Amino acid sequence: MVRKTFRVLPGFGLTMGFTLCYLSAIVLIPFAGLVVRTLELSWADFWHLATTDRALAAYRLTFGASLVAAVANALFGTLLAWVLVRYEFPGRRFIDAMVDFPFALPTAVAGLTLANLFAANGWLGRHLVPLGIKGAFTPLGVVIALTFVGLPFVVRTLQPVLQNLEREVEEAAATLGAGRLRTFVAVIAPALLPAVLTGFALAFARAIGEYGSIVFISGNLPFKTEIAPYLIVMRLEEYDYTSAIALAVVLLVFSFLLLGVINLLEHWSSRFQE
Amino acid sequence: MAARGTEESPVTKWVLIGIALAFSFVFLLLPLVNVFVQALAHGLVHYWKSLAQPDSLAAIRLTLLVAAITVPLNMLFGLAAAWAIAKFEFPGKPVLVTVIDLPFSVSPVVAGLMFVVLFGLQGFFGTWLNAHHLKIIFAVPGIVLATVFVTFPFVARELIPVMQATGTEQEQAALTLGANGWQTFWHVTLPSVKWGLIYGIILCNARAMGEFGAVSVVSGHISGQTETMPLRVETLYQGATDASAAAAFAVASLLALLALVTLGIKTFLEWRQARAEKLIAGERS
Repeated sequence: MVRKTFRVLPGFGLTMGFTLCYLSAIVLIPFAGLVVRTLELSWADFWHLATTDRALAAYRLTFGASLVAAVANALFGTLLAWVLVRYEFPGRRFIDAMVDFPFALPTAVAGLTLANLFAANGWLGRHLVPLGIKGAFTPLGVVIALTFVGLPFVVRTLQPVLQNLEREVEEAAATLGAGRLRTFVAVIAPALLPAVLTGFALAFARAIGEYGSIVFISGNLPFKTEIAPYLIVMRLEEYDYTSAIALAVVLLVFSFLLLGVINLLEHWSSRFQE
Repeated sequence: MAARGTEESPVTKWVLIGIALAFSFVFLLLPLVNVFVQALAHGLVHYWKSLAQPDSLAAIRLTLLVAAITVPLNMLFGLAAAWAIAKFEFPGKPVLVTVIDLPFSVSPVVAGLMFVVLFGLQGFFGTWLNAHHLKIIFAVPGIVLATVFVTFPFVARELIPVMQATGTEQEQAALTLGANGWQTFWHVTLPSVKWGLIYGIILCNARAMGEFGAVSVVSGHISGQTETMPLRVETLYQGATDASAAAAFAVASLLALLALVTLGIKTFLEWRQARAEKLIAGERS
């Protein structure tokens, strides 16, 4: 007997070939270039370049502000998703559609308009600056920009989970005598947790690499309001490729670790829903 | 009263709605409205004049050119990748899908840096390119490459699940009836994934026209030559006068308009999809 594997549909060779060539040209070769240049560095050199005082200050701001923004997104995103799924109120559909606005708006425009809003003479800054809340050219500005950019992640991850949540479980809890708050804490919150964490991690990952919206609002002062991606750009402008590469590798390693965590969370989240 | 135990009290409910509305107002509505108000702060005439500056016009042209190259390329790739991944079984498929998504986890600045490392003056091909008087970095080809990289996954990741969901039976039927591969693709596959494809294309286009970080690294910021619209916004903003700030907002308002149109089409496509699902669910019951 001759066993012949027979592909019914045509075009596998063509499409797969094109996919792999294009993928190599656009993604794999550029990646490989960065890896090769990194491996040419000795460990001592790499460590020295990646941990200068200015770089450490930039990491602190990047990771710190990203964390604060992701927490804000987790809190407000959960609230927003809850309100959008559970309640009827005027403007609900409009806000639902607008949640994706930060995804659609070019980051430069986001940075420009937020910097203007929070500047001393801006619509919000006018009232906030006299109270001592300075949103432009401060670390707070970085947090504001990152909160804007990360806003859709938690809402969009949580919405389908909330919609599929079975109301019967809540009714059972109520029948058993639990108050609304207790039902929320003991029954609803645990079911939402994996999705909230996934959204949190997605917003955090996006915030780490964000550049466009921040350069406008932060002022980019070394040691004070300078984020790591901005420092990479500075090094490149000085033609100091090696320093730029060392900083980039730190960001990349962190992004890939986060990507792994996100995959695990999504896996956990999908198991939870079954 | 906790009599209806599955609902919050009206007070809690309206407080939550109030916070949500206030948050959306500050973080979604105000930034949007502010773009247009600031763009028109010096009047319509100044608005048109800012857009009609030769360097701003050049930026608009370059942005359109970059999108016109990037979007079809990534669309072609998305169709090919989705066909191979959704219609066939092969080892290593999950790895391929992960690698296709990779550009989304890379900081735009790092993405730009990768191309500088390859094609910059000190890069791998820098000396060779220089000897042959070819310019990629600080020129349009670099801007296109960086944009293709950051928008790489958009079409593919929309199409793969859609093509997987439609299966292969219809294509097999067409082939059995004597259609060739291309006919099958044009008349059977493409119509069935049409809306997913449009969805991917508008997201890809929005990002291609709005990309800042990656393009900023490879562009060199030469006004009138290698400045895209987002970079033009930055240059005008750095002008630091009221008039140039308003000009920055004028260019930004075009990009905000693009975002609104994208959002509109996206909402329409999602509404269509939800309605189709309801119809199918209705037929089944």
